[in-house]
Amino acid sequence: MALPGQQTSATSIEPGRGHRPVGFYLLEVGRYILLIALGLTFLFPFYMIVSRALMTQAEITSFNWSWWPAQIQWHNVKDLFNDPTAPMGTGLRNSAIIAIVTFVFQTLFASMAGYALARIPFRGREVVFSLILLTLMVPSAVTFVPTYAVVSKLHGVNTLWGIVVPTLFSAFATFLFRQFYLEFPAEIEEAGRLDGNTYFGIYWKLLLPNSMGIMAALGVLSFIASWNAFLWPLVIGQSPSKWTAQIVISTYLTAQTINLPELFMGAAVTAAPLVIVFLIMQRYIVQGVRMSGITG
Amino acid sequence: MTVRVPFWRRSNVEANIAFWVLIAPMLIGLGVFVFWPIVWGLLLSFSEARNSISIGHWVGWRNYSDMLSDSAFRKSLLTIVIFTAFIVPLTFALSLVLAVLVHTASFGRPIFRTVFFIPTAISYVVASLVWRMGFFNGLPYGFANMVLYWFGSSKVLDWIGTAHPPYYWLVLVTCRLWLQVGFYMILFLAGLQEIDQSLYEASWVDGATPGWTTFRTITLPMLRNTSVAVILLNFIAAFQAFDEFYNILGGGLATSGNVGLARPPLVYLYQVAIGQQDYGRGSAGAFILVAAIIIFTIVQGRIFGFGRRS
Repeated sequence: MALPGQQTSATSIEPGRGHRPVGFYLLEVGRYILLIALGLTFLFPFYMIVSRALMTQAEITSFNWSWWPAQIQWHNVKDLFNDPTAPMGTGLRNSAIIAIVTFVFQTLFASMAGYALARIPFRGREVVFSLILLTLMVPSAVTFVPTYAVVSKLHGVNTLWGIVVPTLFSAFATFLFRQFYLEFPAEIEEAGRLDGNTYFGIYWKLLLPNSMGIMAALGVLSFIASWNAFLWPLVIGQSPSKWTAQIVISTYLTAQTINLPELFMGAAVTAAPLVIVFLIMQRYIVQGVRMSGITG
Repeated sequence: MTVRVPFWRRSNVEANIAFWVLIAPMLIGLGVFVFWPIVWGLLLSFSEARNSISIGHWVGWRNYSDMLSDSAFRKSLLTIVIFTAFIVPLTFALSLVLAVLVHTASFGRPIFRTVFFIPTAISYVVASLVWRMGFFNGLPYGFANMVLYWFGSSKVLDWIGTAHPPYYWLVLVTCRLWLQVGFYMILFLAGLQEIDQSLYEASWVDGATPGWTTFRTITLPMLRNTSVAVILLNFIAAFQAFDEFYNILGGGLATSGNVGLARPPLVYLYQVAIGQQDYGRGSAGAFILVAAIIIFTIVQGRIFGFGRRS
């Protein structure tokens, strides 16, 4: 296994710091050339989306590669939203509703359950907890066939609630919230009880406001997962009025006639909100990813 | 002075009420959307259930034997094993390399971390679009064909349309690699930060030089738990691949286009259950896949000593 960059050092502290041989600087230069090359490669797909979204069909399909549109085609945005075969406006609206509902309720339900499992003295608590953990054994995407049968029985096929409600119950998030509340200082909670608060009051007034960090971390991950989900919305949202943005693009992509600038513009408007969310919330996303890795 | 305590404020009664009220949404939700489907799905898998989701027309293990003797289903299992064999080691190596490069960089660390991590925000559908129409378009204007042309090749390759040679693997694997490597890099970065610096300093005192040796004898062993988590998470995700196969190879219908080249189990189950409306065989296939994932996970856990404390 080749490990570029390892030749220099494994840490930021190294022996003989005061005197560094020329080789050290050469390797540092090599490391940054490599990092920048990899970085540009990782950014290249973003460049592809943006540049093609603003070109004409002729520029994209030309034998001479165009790095940038000769004239920026802003009307591609208007064309996309006016295209009756690709209901992009409806798709974005559906995606936004689904992602926001998931963001709020997945974290709320998980934190309520996590608090009850961590802090409320109840005899059957461990049994209930094991029951919830049991669901982690089953890989979620695989069970789409049986879940489809249940949602179909409940008349949820081709409805927005049918897409969003089955995804609101996360045993994994419950587990993480329980861990978090177990470590919450008991003194604060006891002080709350002496002030005459009920368990609900303590949860609502003391624990919930103090768990905004973990809420944001898990919430933003669920928001991203929900916005980007494909298989389940494809199975449930069958008519165009129930398509999410991902389904709109997929339908458009796999259709026979293809208008490339509109297609890339569709990718741009679907990806842009998430890139913005990502850049603003990156600290919380990193935290959330770390939490999911520890117990993964 | 005595304070009259209403019955619901008595602590055990109140605790019981609070417990059930707070846990009710989660329990009801998991009950309806996880436990019920599993039970019903199991019953469906033993029923003749074509164009219907009702159970009762029992056929024993026939759906299971049908699926296991179905060459398309067996081929789909082979497809996903091949895909996993490529994507898991590649993701592991690349995310570890990126994590080490970013971790040991003396400046610009947050920028590089963001650049490698940001594809996580992009959906498989959008990435499939870019890979299919932008990079690996089979026409001369596709980027990959353009690069071949710049290097003097007159060939125009049909990247996703031919079985021999199977270039479509390159397309599918690089697409997922780009999307998920940043996620695993973050896990490795977390692992790297937890390594005690004094271990390295002690090894230098002992005469070790920084580089490959310390990486092999200190860094890798200390990343053991992270490595196991990365492999298992990546493996479970790979076995459930659907989006990029459907969108890169698929045509307007689930069965048209190039899906026949590489059809993973979930795409096949989608065709059986949603396309042909055969919920009995679809459910049986789902449980075969669940069993495969659980068995592979346990085997891997044994190999890597999952849960062992270092």
